[in-house]
Amino acid sequence: MKEYKTVTQIAGPLVFVEGVSDIAYGEIVEITLPSGERKKGQVLDTQRGIAIIQVFGTTAGINVSETSVKFLGETMQLGVSTEMLGRVFNGLGEPRDKGPSIIPEKRLDINGAPINPYARAEPRDFIQTGISTIDGLNTLVRGQKLPIFSASGLPHNQLAVQIARQAKVAAKAGAKEENFAVVFAAVGITNEEALFFIRDFEKTGALERAVLFLNLADDPSVERIITPRLALTTAEYLAYEKDMHVLVIITDMTNYCEALREIASAREEVPGRRGYPGYMYTDLSTIYERAGRIKGKNGTVTQIGILTMPGDDITHPIADLTGYITEGQIVLGRDLHRKNIYPPVDVLPCLSRLMNLGIGKDRTREDHRGVVDQLYAGYATGRDLRSLAAVVGEEALSATDKLYLKFADVFEERFIKQGHHEDRSIEQTLELGWELLSMFPESELKRLKKEFIEKYGKKYRKN
Amino acid sequence: MGILHRISGPVVEAKEMTGAKMNDLVKIGAQGLTGEIIKIVGDTATIQVYEETSGLKPGEPVETTGEPLSVELAPGLLTSIYDGIQRPLNLLVEKGGNFITRGLSVNSIDRVKKWDFVPVAKNGAKVKIGDLLGTVQETEVINHKIMAPVEGTLTNLRAGKFTVVEPYCEINGKPVQMLQRWFVRKSRPVAEKFDPNIPLITGQRIVDMFFPIAKGGTVCIPGPFGSGKTVTQHQFAKWSDTQIVVYVGCGERGNEMTEVLTEFPHLEDPHTKKPLMMRTVLIANTSNMPVAAREASIYTAVTIAEYYRDMGYDVALMADSTSRWAEAMREIGGRLEEMPGEEGYPAYLGRRLAEFYERAGRVQCLGSDNRTGSVTIIGAVSPPGGDINEPVSQNTLRVTKVFLALDASLAQRRHFPAFNWLRSYSLYTDSLDAYYTNSISSDWVEIRKEAMALLQKESELQEIVQLVGPDALPEKEQAILLCTKMIREDYLQQSAFHEVDTYSSMRKEYLLLKNIMRFYHRAIAAVDLGIQLKKITDMPIRERIARSKEIPEEKIKEIEFMGNEVDRAFDALGKQ
Repeated sequence: MKEYKTVTQIAGPLVFVEGVSDIAYGEIVEITLPSGERKKGQVLDTQRGIAIIQVFGTTAGINVSETSVKFLGETMQLGVSTEMLGRVFNGLGEPRDKGPSIIPEKRLDINGAPINPYARAEPRDFIQTGISTIDGLNTLVRGQKLPIFSASGLPHNQLAVQIARQAKVAAKAGAKEENFAVVFAAVGITNEEALFFIRDFEKTGALERAVLFLNLADDPSVERIITPRLALTTAEYLAYEKDMHVLVIITDMTNYCEALREIASAREEVPGRRGYPGYMYTDLSTIYERAGRIKGKNGTVTQIGILTMPGDDITHPIADLTGYITEGQIVLGRDLHRKNIYPPVDVLPCLSRLMNLGIGKDRTREDHRGVVDQLYAGYATGRDLRSLAAVVGEEALSATDKLYLKFADVFEERFIKQGHHEDRSIEQTLELGWELLSMFPESELKRLKKEFIEKYGKKYRKN
Repeated sequence: MGILHRISGPVVEAKEMTGAKMNDLVKIGAQGLTGEIIKIVGDTATIQVYEETSGLKPGEPVETTGEPLSVELAPGLLTSIYDGIQRPLNLLVEKGGNFITRGLSVNSIDRVKKWDFVPVAKNGAKVKIGDLLGTVQETEVINHKIMAPVEGTLTNLRAGKFTVVEPYCEINGKPVQMLQRWFVRKSRPVAEKFDPNIPLITGQRIVDMFFPIAKGGTVCIPGPFGSGKTVTQHQFAKWSDTQIVVYVGCGERGNEMTEVLTEFPHLEDPHTKKPLMMRTVLIANTSNMPVAAREASIYTAVTIAEYYRDMGYDVALMADSTSRWAEAMREIGGRLEEMPGEEGYPAYLGRRLAEFYERAGRVQCLGSDNRTGSVTIIGAVSPPGGDINEPVSQNTLRVTKVFLALDASLAQRRHFPAFNWLRSYSLYTDSLDAYYTNSISSDWVEIRKEAMALLQKESELQEIVQLVGPDALPEKEQAILLCTKMIREDYLQQSAFHEVDTYSSMRKEYLLLKNIMRFYHRAIAAVDLGIQLKKITDMPIRERIARSKEIPEEKIKEIEFMGNEVDRAFDALGKQ
């Protein structure tokens, strides 16, 4: 192990060490401050005679004369074990609860490695979250990455815990109960928000099968680069080596991107859009792409990242790049929230790309696709007519148009809205859909197959 | 042999590289990671590395191979799935496990498999480059043509079973093997480029009817996320009437590539009734795989496409997405500390895009038998925020001839394919009209123009409706709105997931639109006669027209007869 006392420059989170040799890119270092305090860091740039180190935490107290830097000769690793279930760690993976430290069964590189696309298995197991707007309209499947696009002041945390609480795979009769675990990564959220999650996990008993990594708002922002990767490394271990179905919740990815920008600007890199680094897409993909299923493995990693869109702007680089990587998105809307509708899922911009793999005959129900398309078409038309009615008045609309207008209201009140603890089965959701669609004459139901209207829709029709 | 000097992300610097050439492939460090020289200053070479660089140290050896990045071309390409630098992903799994680890080196093409070579040329003949020497049945549906790589006198050509590296003939006394290499950044030569006057039939109504693509053409599909770029690309790959499909997932999602991988082997190609995979080459460099390999993946794909074109095949190249490719250039440019152009993209972005799309075309191939082949490039673009006022979209639009504008608001109301019919365009309509008139129907062009004019009229009427409400319009104009709604919902909308609707033959495309237009003419005439619009709206024939796109091709007569039914329904209405 090599130790140097040759720090020459400190700028933001970066420390420059000179006179070094044989330093690997990505190597982890331990920095001992004049006060005796120790910090960790990682090599960001290495050349003969000089290494640039990114310090996890603040650089306060580091000086050029007395600080010593020890190169540990390995890249960032996390010791993992099933003992981690039920435990709370800080953003660097050290125990934060009062429990003992973990005796690792294995040490893994936290950056992981890309899953070979050839080794991936198609995600196709429907996860029932009990929430109609997700199960019915934007179905989540095991191995998917489906983020929640939210904004400040919206109840995304409540929605996330409800999903974590209710998520289950519709078990076939006689199948044995499968291993399920939640890995939760808090990235720069407040203590209060973190407590909300911990309390809810405790209350519902979910904590026993959860691993929590907490980087809170007052923790060093550089750590935020590490925290999601620790969570995903743990998740991959539990999934692919311990056959567990792991749901990873990361909140708030916006803070992660802010940290990325902070480091990029400290490194004086050429900034991309709105000052975020040009490689943010690639960087985010190394997080999100760690969701999936692997052929021949029983476990899966499903990711729900939460991000708050700055200024409710879905075209903001953070939301935009995320949307291009993830397999869809659940978007929360302020208008619905104001109308006191929970969960305020603005279904129109929502999408689940893997939905078709998880629905249909033998998975959910044969009529699922048709019902969804019809509900979407109806609600979209209703929403358009709302703005038209605002200009010309409702009276000027045709009878059919008025039906659509009414449908949009009922759809929000009954289909989107549900209780915090209301756990609807997929059958309930689809039946509710048919019930609402019975408002329309059959000639308007062009997205539905005739036979399904007969089979499922008939009982709700008055004539 | 050089020495590694500096490592910072995917770009590294090596010293003592005297003699190394620009774009040479190099092997780096003890693990032998693959990289490409992208800048030389004195004896210092800057190298983009196709693999993850963490753990590399200054002082490690760097060795140049002396050759630029090339692809291997031989029987065995079809049904393969490669990463961006043509490493077969299935072999990487066998060698390195489920995750892509570093320093793995595998052959792009199987060296062991024996192929049945059937000679075509005669011994003693003088052959030119590109002349057909023989054939190999590569898959059940594709006959791989083996072309002369050099010119000279042919001797010792023989039938038999050969691996791709065994000689099967001699030219000018030198043994020739099937496996050839080609530098990816250099386009393969052709004898002549032709005008694009044969359509690429996609089976997608809005495209074939309104925005046709020519064989050898270039298409740009920009759209925000969730607007259906990928599904469109898959649809084109599945249904277009080309013999070969090269699909490159450039910086896209892993699970989506898996979908392609699991779906294509089971999908039946409508033209040959055999699995689609038998005529497909897949290149998957997902977003989390090394960024430099992503930059290379587009070139790897287009070179393979050109190789099959040279055999005389029509090839469709799907690139999803070129924005990720441009971003890879930006990322590498940024690491080189180049002076950035617009939005941080390198100043040579436009040139690179133009060079890439220029590799499309319908051509006369090299060789004396006058083969023609084509490469059609269909590039998806992912503009930030869906706003195409950005460098990648704009530079792409300058060189491509078909613009299929995906529209988020259409996608949100589940109008798929979500091409905006007013903003999209095709510059091939004029050169293809002769084909449609001759092979489908003489009034194809007329019907298209009429329908498009109607859709244009609709947008004007909609503006009025926004101000005064629909009831304020005269009945005749309301009738127009009724008919354009039918065009939109019953014609333009096409479900990729419906077993019948997913593909329409040209004949069906024509008949469906013709029926709607006939309904339109009769409806306008009826309104003129004073028949109430309500009565027209309630006609049961409307629902029959709406459902007619679900009628399978075998029963196409039903759609044909529907035109008469429209007439009869209106005649009956008139009598009432």
